[in-house]
Amino acid sequence: MASLLDPILQGLLLGGLYTMFAIGLSLIFGVMRLVNIAHGDFIVLAAYMAHAVLVATGWHPLATLLIVVPVMAGLGYALQRVVLARTLGDDILPPLLVTFGVAVIIQNGLLSAFTSNALRLPSRELETASLALGSLNIGVLPLLTLAVAVALIFGLETLFARTAIGRAFRATSDDPETATAIGVKTPHLFALATALCFATIAIAGVFLAMRSNFDPFAGPARLLFGFEAVIIGGLGSFWGTLAGGLILGVAQSLGAQISPQFQVLAGHIVFFLILAIRPRGLFPKTA
Amino acid sequence: MTTLAETTKRYARPDARALVALLLVLAVVAAPFWAGRAELRLFSEFLSFLALAVLWNLLAGYAGLLSVGQQAFVGLGGYALFVLCAHAGLSPYLAIPLAIVAAGALAAVFAPLLFRLDGAYFAVGTWVAAETVLLVFAMIPALGGGAGMSLPAASVKAIAAGKELRESIIFWLVTGLSLATLLGAYGLLRSRAGLALMAVRDNRLAAASLGIDIWRTRFVTYVIVAAMSGGLGAVIFLQKLRISPSAAFSLNDWTVMVIFAVVIGGIGRLEGAVIGAILYFLLREMMADLGAIYLIVLGSLAILVMLFSRKGLWGLVETRFGWSLMPTERKP
Repeated sequence: MASLLDPILQGLLLGGLYTMFAIGLSLIFGVMRLVNIAHGDFIVLAAYMAHAVLVATGWHPLATLLIVVPVMAGLGYALQRVVLARTLGDDILPPLLVTFGVAVIIQNGLLSAFTSNALRLPSRELETASLALGSLNIGVLPLLTLAVAVALIFGLETLFARTAIGRAFRATSDDPETATAIGVKTPHLFALATALCFATIAIAGVFLAMRSNFDPFAGPARLLFGFEAVIIGGLGSFWGTLAGGLILGVAQSLGAQISPQFQVLAGHIVFFLILAIRPRGLFPKTA
Repeated sequence: MTTLAETTKRYARPDARALVALLLVLAVVAAPFWAGRAELRLFSEFLSFLALAVLWNLLAGYAGLLSVGQQAFVGLGGYALFVLCAHAGLSPYLAIPLAIVAAGALAAVFAPLLFRLDGAYFAVGTWVAAETVLLVFAMIPALGGGAGMSLPAASVKAIAAGKELRESIIFWLVTGLSLATLLGAYGLLRSRAGLALMAVRDNRLAAASLGIDIWRTRFVTYVIVAAMSGGLGAVIFLQKLRISPSAAFSLNDWTVMVIFAVVIGGIGRLEGAVIGAILYFLLREMMADLGAIYLIVLGSLAILVMLFSRKGLWGLVETRFGWSLMPTERKP
């Protein structure tokens, strides 16, 4: 039992990163029923951006967030206003295919610009620092990742529950036509939601880059992990997304105990198990 | 009033088209006698790609099932052939139909789970399913793990002893299955089942109220499309004589390129898939050495089509000239 304690703990910490991948997906699906296939590729794009900022300025990796977050948020706002807004409607095909095209463009654009060599953000002392907890070691960086993920979930939950813009988000999500009729400016609101989503993408990208290697084709796997976390947790619930991320992290970490090849597969199996037992996820929005 | 001349014209035109189609099919079937090896490769590659495009079009354009995980079935079909030949000692002739059954069975297992996901989430779910199958095959040491395996010499010889005859037979298998898929899809769409499919696509609620079992219609389509994709995978890898998880379950080769071709050509139209496949191969032959740029161009084209002309290139032609080569729409 004690031997399982460590992988479970490491899995929970890994789950923090997966929650970060999932938050943006959960957010824009909640507001506009959109699934961005390029979600993971934008995370990787943010990682490359952070790397470029670090090379240019020599700042601490965490300080790159000061530039990457606003730039990505702006990109998200523009992407929604200029491209994605034209695709929204009853037909789910256009947004899916457009973001699919965007994914291929980002992957191959990064490949042309930076080659297929893997990069990493050197996170200096953060990389090796750890806290001793009895016989267990907790890495400071993974712990920080989890803490930031929980803070993001808490922040979004509060934003949705208690602020005017959060109410507008919920209103549009429940019934876009009525929301427009009572004065919600839908295009602007959707673009704001996308900007918010891209801010979380930027944060996820920087933490991904500090924790592991990344290359131009690392995006799709991040999308799938984020997606699994959202579905496991249940659509429409941010706390559910956190739970989904943690469960996925623990499943993968336990799978890796059996064999390294089994890590990702174990996550997929848990995803299908949840889908079989609780099709609407563990904590679906009660509607 | 319809004049006699008009009526004759209306009925004569499909016959002329059928004749042209028949001649084309004959030319393709006779290809081993007049074309070189490189051309044969290109032909069979084109036809199998076209068949995959038509299948995906059937799934997404008609049944509304936006799958990005068709590589699961192409790859499984390929692996089923190799496993049955190498480990069960079956002849490829017997292994191909079994590969079709295996891919259909896999789809029947996944469908009840994946159908719980709606729309765009169904798409990502099919992707996870394909990744899962890939990981499983990459883990089996008897199949060469991540490195893959070759078709044993004995199985290759079982097709035909002589090399030339063997290559011709494999060519006929690939083209035959691809053409059967095309004809089958055309026939399906003109049948009662096809009508039900289009009704489900156009208005789910109305279709259900007319007594169409939506879940069943979609399930059957999903399983049939997967089975045919598996058959195509089996013959595609029979021609390659080698298989590996990354090639068999390639998202790019079996799904992304297929989707782009269908979207650019015109989704929800059989001609669209054909035009898209032709355009894809032309672009590929012209720009293959550009690598990444070529994919960026394809991706941008697909985005532009989705934003400005959702019915694709064929849709443009159709509205402009009123042409329809393979009519599947019923006009009152």
